[in-house]
Amino acid sequence: MLGILLVCALFALFGLLLGYSAIHFRVEGDPLVEKIDAVLPQTQCGQCGFPGCRPYAEAIAKGEADINRCPPGGEDGVKALAELLGVEAKPLDDAVGGEKPKALAVIDEQKCIGCTLCIQACPVDAILGSAKHMHTVIASECTGCELCVPVCPVDCIAMERVAETLASWKWPQPRSVLP
Amino acid sequence: MLSRFWEFHGGVRLNRHKELSSEQPLAVAPIPKQLIYPLQQRGGLNSKALVAVGDQVLKGQIIAGDDHPLSVPTHAASSGVVTALEYRPVPHPSGLDGLCLVIDTDGLDRAVRTKSVKDFNHSKPDTLRRRIREAGVVGLGGAAFPTATKMNTGNRTIDLLVLNGAECEPYITCDDCLLRTTPDSVLQGAAILMRILGVERCIIAVEEDMPEAAQALEKAKLGGRPPSPPAPSPRFALPDGEGSKGVADATTYSNIEILKVPSKYPTGGEKQLIQVLTGREVPVRGIPADVGVVCQNVGTAAAVYAAVVEGAPLTSRIVTVTGPGVARPQNVVARIGTPIAELVAYCGGYTERAQRLIMGGPMMGLALPSDELPTIKSTNCILVADSDAVGGEKQALPCIRCGACSEACPVNLIPQQLYWHSRSDQLKKAQAYNLFDCIECGCCDYVCPSHIPLVQYFRAAKGRILDKQREQQKADHARLRFEARQARKEREKREKEEAARRKKEALAKAATDESPGRPPPSP
Ligand code: SF4
Ligand code: SF4
Ligand code: SF4
Repeated sequence: MLGILLVCALFALFGLLLGYSAIHFRVEGDPLVEKIDAVLPQTQCGQCGFPGCRPYAEAIAKGEADINRCPPGGEDGVKALAELLGVEAKPLDDAVGGEKPKALAVIDEQKCIGCTLCIQACPVDAILGSAKHMHTVIASECTGCELCVPVCPVDCIAMERVAETLASWKWPQPRSVLP
Repeated sequence: MLSRFWEFHGGVRLNRHKELSSEQPLAVAPIPKQLIYPLQQRGGLNSKALVAVGDQVLKGQIIAGDDHPLSVPTHAASSGVVTALEYRPVPHPSGLDGLCLVIDTDGLDRAVRTKSVKDFNHSKPDTLRRRIREAGVVGLGGAAFPTATKMNTGNRTIDLLVLNGAECEPYITCDDCLLRTTPDSVLQGAAILMRILGVERCIIAVEEDMPEAAQALEKAKLGGRPPSPPAPSPRFALPDGEGSKGVADATTYSNIEILKVPSKYPTGGEKQLIQVLTGREVPVRGIPADVGVVCQNVGTAAAVYAAVVEGAPLTSRIVTVTGPGVARPQNVVARIGTPIAELVAYCGGYTERAQRLIMGGPMMGLALPSDELPTIKSTNCILVADSDAVGGEKQALPCIRCGACSEACPVNLIPQQLYWHSRSDQLKKAQAYNLFDCIECGCCDYVCPSHIPLVQYFRAAKGRILDKQREQQKADHARLRFEARQARKEREKREKEEAARRKKEALAKAATDESPGRPPPSP
């Protein structure tokens, strides 16, 4: 008798626990979209043809877009998406342009007229400056999305390749000498 | 005797070639014309130059440093003038240039005054640790990890200090030479390190092929003098030096045990040595302190002694200059920052067999592109090799799955699997096979009948994985900033709408107030 009561009490406890966690630990939104978004590089550049990484993730989740449309993510990104979704990896879609070396935006401070247009274009608030004053890019925050480049009326923003340093260098794969 | 030891899996027996340099007495290299100090520290960042071009500097003066826990100050090894702060080739596998301070020496060797702690038995551990950091002491065994940081073990309980004198790489004899010439400084250093850690026990491990070093230590331990004429501590064999002063009570040494370990490569690897001595296995991705042990190189202990008791910063060390490509192979006390070319010239220059220049040993050393590069704190050996001293680039053949590499791996990995996954870029699988436990000892390379450059595949794979992790962090950071911006824009929009609505209401209100005769609308 006691045993039965105990089991009932336990079940009731589990029920309460489940109910509690359902309310308090609920996952916001669609978990698949979250997972896809987590793999995307978050440059928000729109090169995939969607207005940002999340909308692209939503389109992939719905099966409306292919996984090979994100140039900043590159081949590695496609591979990660393929692994996540359990499909075959494929080369980047030619229509979106190829993989480019890493670059950061640099503002020519002599030419800048302080129009603030680039600040409005930058999705990650990586540009600092106020109206009529020279602007500058915070290098550590810039994702290299290039969105600020076309909006500048005096063409003073250039994308500069990130040079390899002692800190960022990594061992190369051995030249494959195998047949 | 041997039954006392625990065995680690794998390892290889190598031709040692130690007699080449160990049979010559220790020499002191002259002051070089130029001293070069790369500013890059562990962790990749540059430390700050504290002197400018044109400044006069003295020996022992701090010329670069900052507060980062993984960086230590750099001291000038002789007096002179700072002539450049510029990018130059540095000892780094990338071959890229790094920022360097260059001093043209004046040959006078004028030094700054040093302060010393005469009686460390009454100093607080924190004071001693600070002293060690200020003196710029790092691990001299090769990794150059800041000693003061390594001695800070948090709240782990430590019961054993191990001093590593098991120089297992071929050719290198600088620790052997140090132990034979100044065993006192090592014992004193051990006593200081024991005091900092609060441990009762210390083991100094030497290889069984180093009987003279063990003898010298035993003798010094009994309070006797080293067998050779009492050589001054190498750090003070330099002109303005004082002799080494015995400060620690000889009785302290009773807790120090001297053990000879089998000469098998890589017994001198930190984790392998701890296993051999204590049977304790340092956990995967753990540090020795996790099993109650702190391990330091014997040279580091001598540097700690010099730093604390003699107040001398780390500005020189013993370097083995050896190999079939050097005319007079020997151990020399060299100032840190000395260009390699000057050291080789001091040892009689190159022979016609000289083919490759290596910093460190043939197994784990770093191939150098030129001899203009300076010696750095972790330079234990300059090996001028001929074509057969190092493997050389042999034609790699397909893996035949012979399993020799797994037999040889001291960490019990399966290199052929790691190779397969690293090569085909299946990094997750490589990680699942414990890629990050690989100590890059090169045993697998050495035994592989197909001459596959396994270690380089592993290094490349590790690099790619770390790179990906950095990218992921950047992406996560960008996501947060993007979301914050979206939220801010949303809020601004709402505020604007709100303001517009209020303005409209106010206008409407004003309009109704002005029209007379009509009663105000009921709320
Ligand atoms: S600064 Fe330009 S390139 Fe960099 S993140 Fe902002 S908009 Fe993109
Ligand atoms: S290099 Fe790595 S995989 Fe090869 S034997 Fe050494 S620890 Fe094992
Ligand atoms: S030793 Fe070389 S050939 Fe043999 S299994 Fe290992 S990688 Fe393959």
